[in-house]
Amino acid sequence: MYNFDFVKPATVDEALAALAEEDALPLSGGQTLIPAMKQRLNAPSRLVSLLGIDALKGVCPGEGGVTIGGATAHAVVAREAAAVYPALAALAGGIGDPAVRNRGTIGGSLANNDPAACYPAAVLASGAVIVTDRREIAADSFFQGMFTTDLEEGEIITAVKFPIPEAAHYLKFEQPASRFALTGVVVAKFAEGVRVAVTGASEDGVFRWSEAEAALSDSFRPEALEGLSVPAEGMISDLHGSGAYRAHLVKVLTGRAVQAC
Amino acid sequence: MPKDGIGASTKRREDIRFLTGRGRYTDDINLPHQAHVHFLRADVAHARINGIDTAMAAGMPGVIRIFTAADFAGVGGLPCGWQVTDREGQPMQEPKHPVLAEGKIRHVGEIVAAVVAETLEQARDAAEAIALDLEDLPAVIDMKAACEAGAVKVHDDLSSNLCYSWGFVEDNREAVDQAIAEAAHVTTLELVNNRLVANPMEPRVALGDYAFHDDSSTLYTTSQNPHVIRLLMGAFVLGIPEHKLRVVAPDVGGGFGTKIFHYAEEAFVTFAAKELKQPVKWTSTRSEAFISDAHGRDHVTKVELALDADNNFTALRCLTYANMGAYLSTFAPSVPTWLHGTLLAGNYRTPLIYTNVRAVFTNTVPVDAYRGAGRPEATFQLERVVDKAARELGVDPAELRRQNFIRKDQFPYATPVAVEYDTGDYEATLDTCLGLADYAGFAARAEASRARGKLRGIGLSHYIEACGIAPSNLVGQLGARAGLYESATVRVNATGGIVVMTGSHSHGQGHETSFPQVVADMIGIDASQVEIVHGDTANTPMGMGTYGSRSIAVGGSAMVRATEKIIAKAKKIAGHMLEASDEDIELKEGRFTVAGTDKSLAWGDVTLAAYVPHNYPLDQIEPGLEETAFYDPANFTYPSGCYICEVEVDPGTGKVEVCSFTAADDFGNIINPMIVEGQVQGGIGQGIGQALLEHCRYDADGQLLSASYMDYAMPRASDVPNIAVDHSCQTPCTHNPLGVKGCGEAGAIGSPPAVVNAVIDALERAGKPVAHIDMPLSPARVWAAMNS
Ligand SMILES: Cc1cc2nc3c(=O)[nH]c(=O)nc-3n(C[C@H](O)[C@H](O)[C@H](O)COP(=O)(O)OP(=O)(O)OC[C@H]3O[C@@H](n4cnc5c(N)ncnc54)[C@H](O)[C@@H]3O)c2cc1C
Repeated sequence: MYNFDFVKPATVDEALAALAEEDALPLSGGQTLIPAMKQRLNAPSRLVSLLGIDALKGVCPGEGGVTIGGATAHAVVAREAAAVYPALAALAGGIGDPAVRNRGTIGGSLANNDPAACYPAAVLASGAVIVTDRREIAADSFFQGMFTTDLEEGEIITAVKFPIPEAAHYLKFEQPASRFALTGVVVAKFAEGVRVAVTGASEDGVFRWSEAEAALSDSFRPEALEGLSVPAEGMISDLHGSGAYRAHLVKVLTGRAVQAC
Repeated sequence: MPKDGIGASTKRREDIRFLTGRGRYTDDINLPHQAHVHFLRADVAHARINGIDTAMAAGMPGVIRIFTAADFAGVGGLPCGWQVTDREGQPMQEPKHPVLAEGKIRHVGEIVAAVVAETLEQARDAAEAIALDLEDLPAVIDMKAACEAGAVKVHDDLSSNLCYSWGFVEDNREAVDQAIAEAAHVTTLELVNNRLVANPMEPRVALGDYAFHDDSSTLYTTSQNPHVIRLLMGAFVLGIPEHKLRVVAPDVGGGFGTKIFHYAEEAFVTFAAKELKQPVKWTSTRSEAFISDAHGRDHVTKVELALDADNNFTALRCLTYANMGAYLSTFAPSVPTWLHGTLLAGNYRTPLIYTNVRAVFTNTVPVDAYRGAGRPEATFQLERVVDKAARELGVDPAELRRQNFIRKDQFPYATPVAVEYDTGDYEATLDTCLGLADYAGFAARAEASRARGKLRGIGLSHYIEACGIAPSNLVGQLGARAGLYESATVRVNATGGIVVMTGSHSHGQGHETSFPQVVADMIGIDASQVEIVHGDTANTPMGMGTYGSRSIAVGGSAMVRATEKIIAKAKKIAGHMLEASDEDIELKEGRFTVAGTDKSLAWGDVTLAAYVPHNYPLDQIEPGLEETAFYDPANFTYPSGCYICEVEVDPGTGKVEVCSFTAADDFGNIINPMIVEGQVQGGIGQGIGQALLEHCRYDADGQLLSASYMDYAMPRASDVPNIAVDHSCQTPCTHNPLGVKGCGEAGAIGSPPAVVNAVIDALERAGKPVAHIDMPLSPARVWAAMNS
């Protein structure tokens, strides 16, 4: 690890001011950033911890939805969102291991946008809104490919607003080593229609499977997917599975998620 | 029986410190004025080193000195402990294994330069400022391609990448070919035994120290065999005589074979500490472990089993390519040969066996022994090909095995592959396991699985292994450059407590608990009166360490022999004190009694007399009560057993779940059944890891793709079912005093084929028959096999 400054402000404004320095980075749970720094793959000049900012923490059920603070740990979501949005809570409860869940946060996960991470699928399938220090970003325009988002330099995710679907389910098929999603699918059924978001599979990161959404919006049964298929092209092919395998998993998991809804 | 004697499931006394974070590992040792080394490791697999510019780095803060190969010009290479002779009678090709890369880089992770600095971070900073002038060379990765004429050579000074081509038993070759040509049925299987990384919980650590006042060196290291390291490093690498070199291996957090070998880092810190007159410490990161710990397995094999019209095995022929990696690690050449070819008879009466093993140099990390070492590879090919034969012939795999077993009344049994099994009862373990696993009731369970949309399969394997390594004169003939006896000193203190100094090394096996049980049992005192000392060459007799399931069979036997000497002497003392002949003295439950009388003395009375010899036969024996024994086994031991695995395959995803696992092992006599059960369960956990999860993979450029836990899949608790372990079948070893066979590796040896056979069975029952799937049977591979 290279040397760096560390600050732990109490407000978002202080954090933004601290982030103005060149090569400063926000630090949330540190479950992604700290390992990268230990490997000397990332060398921020200053870390601005968000964990001292109370306004960024908590699970707040509100009208038609639930708002989760950007620095809320996965374990807190797993516990406190269980009554309002059980599928989201279950997803958070299946991330990593207890240590990761007690440190890692939703804001960190979304800002990082790992192509195999769980939260991006929930955010996209729910049609959630990402709230930052300066604006609100719709899920559909937030994710812009592997490890890439719409966030500007120094922009902080302060909260995520989730509408609550009538029914939803996340199925994560674990990569055998990392136990991130080799492929994961969130199916969310709203009055206006069904949304299906897929993580772990595509070289472009999390995506919506629109054919399935249309079919399931017509008939919310696994059988509705018969005849549909996801092209293997553009799917991740690596040690743990070919693109064809991942494409196949998308369909299997979508069907099973519908079944479980 | 005394409390905690032989046969008692005594709780492991060492676990209190291990489980409460109070163990003392090498990394816990820090010395005054200690410097830290960071190794600059190659990030390419194959390159010529045209220059290493350390000038800028040398001037950076905290840097004490930077070493390159040039500094090691007067130092030997890391020695190889076993010389294999090839089919033509020629010695294997044995390239130099330099401490730091010399002239060429031959694998990712090889040490190119070493920066010693006041702090580790300073050393790392400086390493980034070292400029390497490298000329990239094509990497040699695929073993078969490496053997082709004109292939790029890993070692320019060798004639090819072939270390040796070994034939065994060469005299049988033509008869085997003929038997296969004439067979009623031949089952052929090509398979890969997947390359693994041992991944002990504690990464390797080495701390070198030098004492100016007596010109002596000390190495603290994570080793399974400190005396072996002292001998190899002292005599062959650094030229330090043994009386000037101490090697200490304190608590070691798992070894699995990978901590047997003498590594460059050990030689480096010892050398640098003497050069700098300052302790030098290295602690491996997990990332370094992946590219510098010796890897395991990595065989590509073709096996053919011939059967006659009555399904009797008539011949076995194997061709194996065995990866050596870039250099020969300490025992690498022995693993695919003498630890592998000699086990190819398995439990069977196959009369004719021939194997050709081609050991190949590649631009990868050296490969050496890993839990089981050669025997898992032998067992895997044999138990897979037998299973495949049963499927092809439409007979029950259990019954085909039974029919070909060496029968109980045929022991001792000389196999066609040069070993003589002393005892065994394979039908007993088979039947016990079939019963415990409810083999007969499988159909109902399969039906229940089907109702849940899962494909259920059952697989079995019946293994044999050769443990208790090894008779020194025999292995000497086979090319070992070491003896393989073990030693023990039993020191009885004046008040009766006992310290046993053993050459065996415990790094998780529980010797501190099980060894005292033996001594306590022999004398009839409480095991708490006996303490084990191990791991320090300064206070233990020359020993060969722990691997090959040899500790209780060889080290335990040495301890028994030394204790017998103690008892004989103590009887003499007691006879004198009781005014009786020592032949009339009986030792029972810690008391010496004159046979047929009520005259007796307590253990402590006699031990006190040995050190306060007022009433003592000084004219006949010396005072004191301390004896040493070296034990060299007459033969290997041959544990065997039956493993049955049941799996469910998810047809939608290809994911395999192990539903149940049953083990019935014959380990001969057993000292501590609880420890044995734990060893078997741990081994099976590792075997399930190999079968379903673990895979060390390189790309064509020699980059390690599975270089961290993000991509190298270790088994976790949720991957391993409850494992039923039975060891009621006991045919004691006939040639060691305890009748023990050893249990440390069995689980890892016997389990992979049982798991794979179960998956193949599940697919066949589901009407999707496949001949074979290479390990690890990851969901993607199983799915691909089902849909091909
Ligand atoms: C062993 C292990 C297993 C894991 N398994 C899973 C899994 O199964 N599924 C899964 O989804 N994830 C998994 N993760 C990742 C985990 O969820 C991390 O918590 C997450 O990726 C990052 O969150 P963090 O709070 O730790 O972020 P940090 O590491 O602190 O930060 C990550 C990045 O986001 C930036 N950042 C952080 N917070 C904000 C913010 N509020 N606004 C803007 N930028 C911000 C940082 O500057 C940094 O660049 C795993 C991690 C580990 C170590």
